[in-house]
Amino acid sequence: MSGADGYQLNRNSYGRLVFTDRSGLMQEGVVPVRSFPITDPDQGIALINSHGRELLWIERLADLPEDYRALIESELASREFMPEIKRVLKVSSFITPNTWQVETDRGESTFILKGEEDIRRLTASSLMITDSYGIHFLIRDRLALDRHSRKLLDHFL
Amino acid sequence: MQQIQSLSLNNLPSIWVEALSSQLIAEENVLAWLEIDLDTQLHFATSLVVVTNKRVLTKMASDEIWQEWRYQKDLLLTQRDYAGVGCLELFDAHARLAYWRYRLGNDIAVSRLIACFTQQRDYYLTGKLPVAEYTQIQCPNCTAFLSSEQEECPVCDKQSHAPPSTWTLLRLWRFAKPYKGRLLIGFLLTLCSTAATLVPPYLTMPLMDNVLIPYQNGQPINTDLVTLYLSGLLVAAVLAWMLGWARTYMLALVSERIGADLRTTTYEHLLSLSQEYFGGKRTGDLMARIGAETDRINLFISLHLLDFATDVIMIVMTAAILISINPWLALVTLVPLPIIAWLIHLVRDRLRIGFEKVDRIWAEVNNVLADTIPGIRVVKAFAQEKREAARFHAANQRNLQINDRVNRIWSLFTPTVTLLTEVGLLVVWVFGIWQISKDEITVGVLTAFLAYIGRFYMRLDTMSRIVSVTQKAAAGTKRIFDILDHVSSVPESSNPVHLSAIQGQIELRNVGFRYGTRSITRDINLVIKPGEMIGLVGHSGSGKSTLVNLICRFYDVTEGMILIDGHDIRSLPIAEYRKHIGLVLQEPFLFYGTIAENIAYGKPDATRSEIVSAARAAHAHEFILRLPHGYDSLVGERGQALSGGERQRISIARALLIDPRILILDEATSSVDTTTEKDIQKALDNLVLGRTTIAIAHRLSTLREASRLIVLDRGRIVEIGNHAELMAREGYYYRLYLAQARNVDTEDRAIVSVTEHSAAGERI
Repeated sequence: MSGADGYQLNRNSYGRLVFTDRSGLMQEGVVPVRSFPITDPDQGIALINSHGRELLWIERLADLPEDYRALIESELASREFMPEIKRVLKVSSFITPNTWQVETDRGESTFILKGEEDIRRLTASSLMITDSYGIHFLIRDRLALDRHSRKLLDHFL
Repeated sequence: MQQIQSLSLNNLPSIWVEALSSQLIAEENVLAWLEIDLDTQLHFATSLVVVTNKRVLTKMASDEIWQEWRYQKDLLLTQRDYAGVGCLELFDAHARLAYWRYRLGNDIAVSRLIACFTQQRDYYLTGKLPVAEYTQIQCPNCTAFLSSEQEECPVCDKQSHAPPSTWTLLRLWRFAKPYKGRLLIGFLLTLCSTAATLVPPYLTMPLMDNVLIPYQNGQPINTDLVTLYLSGLLVAAVLAWMLGWARTYMLALVSERIGADLRTTTYEHLLSLSQEYFGGKRTGDLMARIGAETDRINLFISLHLLDFATDVIMIVMTAAILISINPWLALVTLVPLPIIAWLIHLVRDRLRIGFEKVDRIWAEVNNVLADTIPGIRVVKAFAQEKREAARFHAANQRNLQINDRVNRIWSLFTPTVTLLTEVGLLVVWVFGIWQISKDEITVGVLTAFLAYIGRFYMRLDTMSRIVSVTQKAAAGTKRIFDILDHVSSVPESSNPVHLSAIQGQIELRNVGFRYGTRSITRDINLVIKPGEMIGLVGHSGSGKSTLVNLICRFYDVTEGMILIDGHDIRSLPIAEYRKHIGLVLQEPFLFYGTIAENIAYGKPDATRSEIVSAARAAHAHEFILRLPHGYDSLVGERGQALSGGERQRISIARALLIDPRILILDEATSSVDTTTEKDIQKALDNLVLGRTTIAIAHRLSTLREASRLIVLDRGRIVEIGNHAELMAREGYYYRLYLAQARNVDTEDRAIVSVTEHSAAGERI
């Protein structure tokens, strides 16, 4: 693959992204990082090398050639883990810590909520729930949830 | 060949057992397995990874086929994690063969899987098995394997997020036990005082039937009888007053003592816990647990539990009295009771949720304040008063909204209880009048019934509160016992070795430290001679502070050992061992108190002349004398404001006073300016003299005195030598030094290299 701005990006057989800059210097294990993962995921993506140095700044993903975009998107998809809660099925107790059984965009799951303070308001209607292992569950619009989920959630807001 | 105990399949979740056992070939043993909860696309799905003595096996729950990889040269299993999701990868020399994603939960199982894999691969390659370094202990609860240093299972510890059960309250008995005699007296007093309060309604019966009704029917009032009944009423009232006072006082006394014991025990236990525990907890949370939670439990025992007990006793006694007077009327009176109680409970439950919301919204309003007031300079500098006011207004508005909603139910509550009470009384009236008309009861009996019933309808409201109050107290108790149940990860040796004096030789033998699964330091071997000064160098995250924490035994090593004069530090009594160590930190902490008290913190019985000479040696004497109250000036929070350098010199004096053999300087000079640093450096030179010293510094120039520099990178020692040797080697230290010097003004290299902020050193 060859790039527009003189750099090259490909995936090696170890499953790592390899970045080759204009001078031909190859760096293995570069990772794409979103600057605004929640508020504006597609704006500002940086390629970071294994030492945490920024190699490339991508203003918008759409600006990239098709093959690179696919590569970066697949890498992002395999790194990003922020299940979006679609329904709250069951909450073991209204006193924290408790176990939540939820339906997410990545399938059904359970997690443990340590305390109400782990539910963070992002905007008026979107919430982020941090579970006991530090995984973030997103509720994009709590008002759009079904009645049962809203009622359960309401206990903790 | 079965050197490691083979893992029985019993521990495996049942859904896998059958599928797996059909896969195993002859002489194949499952050594480790890991259940994985995500697929490669990061969707929730289960799969299993198994390491046996022949190969690695894996299967998705939804798939039929097992994949396998037999051991071969260059086969490698590694783990990394990012943002709560782990990635386990299998490589050979040319490519990644497979990878698995999982939520970080069972770290230990992952490490074990990798360890088993590595061991078996090496066995396959070399035919030799490494000697087992320590025997593995299995956690009785979750069968995770523990390393020999862990006395509690980290997996279970993390999973103990079960909601608190009401039974936790029973654990408080441990604290109530010493007071059981007084508790018994309190209980008897409760019985008597309750009984006394039940006398007056009973007396209304004969008063009505034998005095008032006969009078209405034309008979004169029997004065003797009236005197008898009325004095009975008075005596009962006085008795109830006295007994009630004695009961409340006695039980408040006991509950206050239980609360105090609970608080001190928790605090004492907390202080004995290792640094590791404090690292993972928020200060505010711990303070709240010891302060507010114990108080809540205290209140629960002395007020709510007591009231509830009294109410129950009263209801039982009243029921007995009512039944003894007239069983039918008693039945009619008591039957609506549970229904009413249930209705009240229902409303209360609604209210409780509402009140909890109000609590949380209050916290939010407070947060806005806590955010803004300390940052007032920034707010004003950027002229954002309006925005902050708007933020507060919004929080307040939400507060209003929620309060309005709660008040809608709340305002309904008291009238509802009254209504229910009236309805209950109405039932008694209806049935009572009907019975009087049938001549089955007298007017006096009905009056007595009404008097009794009115009383405990009022109590139903308070009783309905017990459910939520108990839940809260149970939650509080659980939080307290969370602390009490926590065993220190730096345990006191069971048969300690007492060393009266030490030489100060420190030896680190194969020292490794893991924090969770993250390996922080590995294979550190180092001997520090008595009186030697060494410097630890490396960028942040290279393991310098970890090493110092291990030497101080704030944490225990996970591998290898640390020896002081040839004794494992784990065999020494902790407090005794730490007396030999003087610690000077980057941010010196001064307690509220006088300067003299702060200097003598590690040796409270120090004489004044000792304190002064320590202060002199620390170059603190002169500035202390300049303070209005000299050594008696108050410092610390609410005390005299001291500069960073002055505080640092006090902390150096503190370390000098205990005259330790081992001295640890953790970035002692990095938070002060150049001139102050020179002062501190002079003080430090006095301190270092003749002691084994370990110094950490970002500014390499401050370590010129050190006889050896230990250069650390990613938890390993990469270079050892003095400044000149290391510069000549042009290795890691050389680059580190140059990178710092590059930021330095050419005209005065030495001084400026010192002022340059540590950021430069950090980023290399």
